[in-house]
Amino acid sequence: MRMKAIIDFYIDGFRNMSKLGKKLWLIIAIKFFIFFMIIKMLFFPDILHEKFHSDKERANYVMKTLLGGEK
Amino acid sequence: MTVDTSLVDWSRAQFALTAIYHFLFVPLTLGLSFIVAIMETIYVTTGDEKWKEVTLFWMKLFGINFAIGLATGIIMEFEFGTNWANYSWFVGDIFGAPLAIEGIMAFFLESTFFAVMFFGWNRVSKKFHLLATWLVAIGSNLSALWILVANGWMQHPVGMQFNPETARSEMVNFWDVIFNPNAFNKFLHTISAGYITAAIFVVAISAWFLLKNEKMRDFARRSILVAASFGLITSSYNILTGDNSAFTVVHNQPVKLAAMEGLYNGKQGADIVAFGILNPRKRVGDKEEDFIFAISIPKALSILGYHKLDAYIPGLNDLVFGNENRGIESAASKIAKGKKALAALKAYKEAKKSGNEQKAKAALAEFRQYEKYMGYGFLDKPEEIVPNVPIVFYSFHLMVGLGIWFFILMAVMLYKTMTGSLAQSRAWLKLAFYSLPLGFLANELGWIVAEVGRQPWAVQDLLPVKMATTHISTISVMITFWMFAFIFTLLLIAEVRIMATQVKLKAGGGKNV
Repeated sequence: MRMKAIIDFYIDGFRNMSKLGKKLWLIIAIKFFIFFMIIKMLFFPDILHEKFHSDKERANYVMKTLLGGEK
Repeated sequence: MTVDTSLVDWSRAQFALTAIYHFLFVPLTLGLSFIVAIMETIYVTTGDEKWKEVTLFWMKLFGINFAIGLATGIIMEFEFGTNWANYSWFVGDIFGAPLAIEGIMAFFLESTFFAVMFFGWNRVSKKFHLLATWLVAIGSNLSALWILVANGWMQHPVGMQFNPETARSEMVNFWDVIFNPNAFNKFLHTISAGYITAAIFVVAISAWFLLKNEKMRDFARRSILVAASFGLITSSYNILTGDNSAFTVVHNQPVKLAAMEGLYNGKQGADIVAFGILNPRKRVGDKEEDFIFAISIPKALSILGYHKLDAYIPGLNDLVFGNENRGIESAASKIAKGKKALAALKAYKEAKKSGNEQKAKAALAEFRQYEKYMGYGFLDKPEEIVPNVPIVFYSFHLMVGLGIWFFILMAVMLYKTMTGSLAQSRAWLKLAFYSLPLGFLANELGWIVAEVGRQPWAVQDLLPVKMATTHISTISVMITFWMFAFIFTLLLIAEVRIMATQVKLKAGGGKNV
């Protein structure tokens, strides 16, 4: 019952949202799409997680870089 | 050590760009959330519907800023993984805890109560709505705490030990990290700067209302009364926290302090430069004059740094070349010790690889002896420890000047509001309106002092920026730099346009949408 009241609260809130509110949600949605689906996926890989399979390999790579043996 | 400096510079520029844009939205969120909460408290306490109108309007602008600024900080996390992989790995164990706490708190506190704040009018009780507004304000500010704990650690790494097995700085004392004096002062100084920014924002827009529409007098007076009171208190507090921040900088980052003051030769009873023009030809170790022109406050720097009239403040020359009489070690000596630390680390790794435990133990013991100088081992020459002095000096002095102006502005606006003379003071109203961007500018200058001032370090004394970057293509960093410049500029234009529309509608007495 309480959970339903909470869900209804959100549904009513979104349903009765002002024009400005809808515009802001649209901006948030576009922004999230650009950030997570385009920028993150295409331009910003997590290099250490992509290149190596274990923390040990990552640690070795960073250590070699710090000690001047890896580029 | 060969490092692609153009890659380092572009990676730095990209991070600076995203941080600067992100930090346009954050301070307003931090401060406006509290101003709105205070306004709503007055409404709930008095039951006066005019206070509800005031609360609703500023809450709307708060919502716009929150929505447009939302997740702009996530880009910096992307950059950590791609452009700063070495750094991310190096600090991962320390940053993991504060950033995870930040994420959870921000999500539950802000997201949950944000909905009540905007959807809850007439649906929940007045008191519960007020509680939600206060919790949004507290939640936003607590999020800032964890981010600044992480940043404070980079400026003054405590509660950690470097683990050669994992190539990471690992946390050995959580409380030392949380209660790091650098982090705590930074947090208080940063949030109070955000409060002033929001106070100026409200005062400036209210001043514009008064200039444009006589009928807005009551609405503007109420808004300024809250914002200027809040701004005056937080301006005073900001000066205090600024003093505390300087105190920690003196002890933990003396090079930064010397750059902030353009101090090349250390001095007992050192002055603060109230206004000065640096000599652009001046470099450490030369005989050129420090300033072309300067007006100084005698002994003020010694008072600021040590709370003593005759305390000795080291200058850049002392810190680079050393000063035996004052017990200041030269950068060359630190670099030599840093190279010993790195050599010991290499020996340790080789001994471990060959299975020689005894040799590994001896190498590790030697590394621990020089561990705190590790970062210096990556430097090539002593002068590298000096940041860009003109950028740090002018940013610091402009920030301080603006801080003083904000205090005066808030005091005058509050006085004139309380005496009922504000609407006739058109010159002050115009000054208040034109001060609107200055709060944002002061915040950015503060970040520049903090971040450029600690160069060359990504983590003070342990990891220079040039070793923190990932070896990726410079071109790809340049492309994403311009991509971000474009996206963030669009977001900023959207924010300004949407806000300006709402402000104009309000001033014209039109229906807000």
